[in-house]
Amino acid sequence: MIEFRSVSKQFPDGTVAVHDFSHVLPTGKATVLVGSSGSGKTTLLRMINRMVDPSSGTVAIDDEDVQAVEPVTLRRRIGYVMQNSGLMPHFKVVDNIATVPMLSGVPKKAARDRALELLDTVGLSRELADRYPSQLSGGQQQRVGVARGLAADPNILLMDEPFGAVDPIVRSELQQETLRLQRDLDKTVVFVTHDIDEAFLLGDQVVILEKGARIAQIGTPAEILANPASDFVASFVGADRGKRALSIVETANGRVLIDAEGRAAGVLVDRADAP
Amino acid sequence: MNLFLDAIAWLVAPEQYAGADSLPARIGEHLFFTFVSVLVAALIAIPLGYLIGHTGTGRSLAIGLAGAARALPSFGLILLLVLVIGVTQRPLAAFTAFVLLAIPSILAGAYSGLEAIDRRVIDAARAVGMTEWQILWKVEVPLGLPLLVGGIRSAALQVVATVTLAAYIGLGGVGLYIIRGLALREFAPMLGAAIVIVALALAIDGAFAGLQRLLVPRGVAAGRTTIDRARPSRPRTAAVSPAPSVPTITKRENNVHS
Ligand SMILES: Nc1ncnc2c1ncn2[C@@H]1O[C@H](COP(=O)(O)OP(=O)(O)O)[C@@H](O)[C@H]1O
Ligand SMILES: [Mg+2]
Repeated sequence: MIEFRSVSKQFPDGTVAVHDFSHVLPTGKATVLVGSSGSGKTTLLRMINRMVDPSSGTVAIDDEDVQAVEPVTLRRRIGYVMQNSGLMPHFKVVDNIATVPMLSGVPKKAARDRALELLDTVGLSRELADRYPSQLSGGQQQRVGVARGLAADPNILLMDEPFGAVDPIVRSELQQETLRLQRDLDKTVVFVTHDIDEAFLLGDQVVILEKGARIAQIGTPAEILANPASDFVASFVGADRGKRALSIVETANGRVLIDAEGRAAGVLVDRADAP
Repeated sequence: MNLFLDAIAWLVAPEQYAGADSLPARIGEHLFFTFVSVLVAALIAIPLGYLIGHTGTGRSLAIGLAGAARALPSFGLILLLVLVIGVTQRPLAAFTAFVLLAIPSILAGAYSGLEAIDRRVIDAARAVGMTEWQILWKVEVPLGLPLLVGGIRSAALQVVATVTLAAYIGLGGVGLYIIRGLALREFAPMLGAAIVIVALALAIDGAFAGLQRLLVPRGVAAGRTTIDRARPSRPRTAAVSPAPSVPTITKRENNVHS
């Protein structure tokens, strides 16, 4: 459980990136922070592993204030995956993945063996182990980034727009893999994105943020879609337009749903286990 | 008779290679002064440059001082230091001058090597839990090495040329032939010595150029090949021999893109 208690962050230049943010991120679930660029998502995320320290308020992991933990210790316990993969250009893939365990004193051989297993976990061939990051595609680099994030077997995985820079097809592949990993590994995932579709796909819980990390709405994707808390949320999630604004049309053969462009999008059926 | 031929004749004359006053001995002195000066300068400038490059503080001060030091006239500096430190301490004065001349380039090489690294790489290193020392040794030093060696390279070239002046205050080195020749109006040894100094400079430059290429971290050099190969529109010659600074590529290509 990651708890933000009245957290604010003002940078030295006066920018208030986060204004009085309070929220609990449940253990074992994926919480997605979504908002437009500059809304303070990255700052929020980086306050969890003390890459940024709050100006006021506290961040606690399982009721322990992170300020009480030495930053280096804290960061080694928390996986971190970033947009540009952040891999060390002069480390081979296998050494990039093994970085954190080796820093923590795991013997080289064991750390490398584990790194090879992690290549399997993230769906990469072990043949890539001896390559350098610059010899991988963007999507492969991101997978290596995820493997590195998982290497120390952390309970918490922070992901900051990890798929923002890859092409849509690869992105959708990586999103599916992330869903699978989340099912298999049962981590507390904090995922930052500006893409509402990605947020709805990956989030057990979605936090929609406005400038200054002010919470516009929190809920499951279904809750937010069914009942947007404000016009801002409605327009951000696109509930009033495009492929989410579906309307029911009676046809000779039954009722179908069409989207804003008039294309058939689906049919309405009854389901017992609807969310 | 041709002066140049005289100089060559002087260079190959057997008497240049005999006795305590031989040309090799002078070259030895010359290289020794150069080596020790650059070494001492490196011991001072590298830690300082790394401190500036890692923390980002004191940068403008360092640039200012380095710029000012570069503008110092070497001969004036030597004479000034002889006066200040004392005529009995001439070797110390000369060494101090050479060290001062070598520091700016090395300092610039050290901190610019660190500064040129993508901030996101450093940020990632910190975010995964490297200590500041680990960031320095595992990330900044290896990635900054080629630029550092570049700085040492220009410092060494500057010093090897300036050490010629050491003879003026009676310290020997290849410059001795020039000072003596000037006094005795013997031009063949002067030109011969000048040729030797140029050759020394070229040898040092070549050695450092090779070292600089060797020290480009493998992943970085490999990345450049990938980029070169990924651009089919580039002229063929460019693709065959990429940047002159990355010659270690050919060895690597086969096992990497299998
Ligand atoms: N180190 C910093 N110094 C000053 N301002 C910053 C810094 N980091 C972020 N900001 C500012 O804080 C705001 C929120 O940034 P960020 O958390 O990166 O937003 P997001 O990740 O949602 O795009 C932005 O206005 C950004 O310019
Ligand atoms: Mg961001």
